[in-house]
Amino acid sequence: MKNIIGNINKAFDHRIRLGIMSILVVNEYADFKTLKELLGATDGNLASHTRALEKEEYIVVEKLFIGRKPNTRYSASKKGREAFKKHVEAIEKLLKK
Amino acid sequence: MSAEDYLKDITEIKDMMNKSSRFFLLSGLSGILSGIYALIGAAIAYYLVSNSGRDYLILDGEIFNYILIDLSIVALLSVITAAILSNRKAKKNNEYLWNSTTKRLLTAFLIPLITGGIYILIKIYSNHYGLTGSLMLIFYGLALVNASKYTIGNVKYLGYTEIILGLICAVYPGYGFWFWVVGFGIMHIIYGSMIYLKHDR
Repeated sequence: MKNIIGNINKAFDHRIRLGIMSILVVNEYADFKTLKELLGATDGNLASHTRALEKEEYIVVEKLFIGRKPNTRYSASKKGREAFKKHVEAIEKLLKK
Repeated sequence: MSAEDYLKDITEIKDMMNKSSRFFLLSGLSGILSGIYALIGAAIAYYLVSNSGRDYLILDGEIFNYILIDLSIVALLSVITAAILSNRKAKKNNEYLWNSTTKRLLTAFLIPLITGGIYILIKIYSNHYGLTGSLMLIFYGLALVNASKYTIGNVKYLGYTEIILGLICAVYPGYGFWFWVVGFGIMHIIYGSMIYLKHDR
């Protein structure tokens, strides 16, 4: 039991952060606007959560320009994918009990 | 957190994964090939009509049946090619071709397309076949636009292009054949190449 709790990741302990990771593990990348629409978050809210995940090195942030418009693109890092997988497995195990 | 919270988390994860995933297994090459099939099919139709002794098509002739067969073969070959190439891409990416995104994509695509197909058949059998080319382009375009939210962005623009071609074609129904050649042949080759260059290499 202790081991399972240990795998529950605090970094994903929020609806928005969980949502960001869910989207990024099944997509090559997603830009800020797409994440915002899917998650129904405000700019500031989403920005603070992406920053938190970036700090953990779970997501990779790429800033680029499409024409003259700045576009921020997020993708899941290998570390992030593994951490997320462990987190989901831990939840599943908890639910089976 | 309680079990209920975790259950909610799992639901949320599944929901986000489903909503955000798009169908990336569409192959640009299948677009190019179906464009080529359409051009060959159109060339055969053109040959059949111009050798029939008339410059135009009438409904009850033998030629008309040949053209229907010709069109069906073009459509069938395009569908088979798309399925084979998408399946190959899925295997390469270690994914399953038949998942919930594919199902949603097909549902969104087929509803306008089948509606249009039946409508066109009803019109043909009541002798109103003058706008067939235009209607095919319009309904196909609507099907593409409707399906585009589940797949690569270019598909939406191909859809818009087909709709516009279909509307212009409605103004000049006599040139239906040529609009059909541009819409189903040339546009497929152009957009197929764009998808190929952007996503397949």
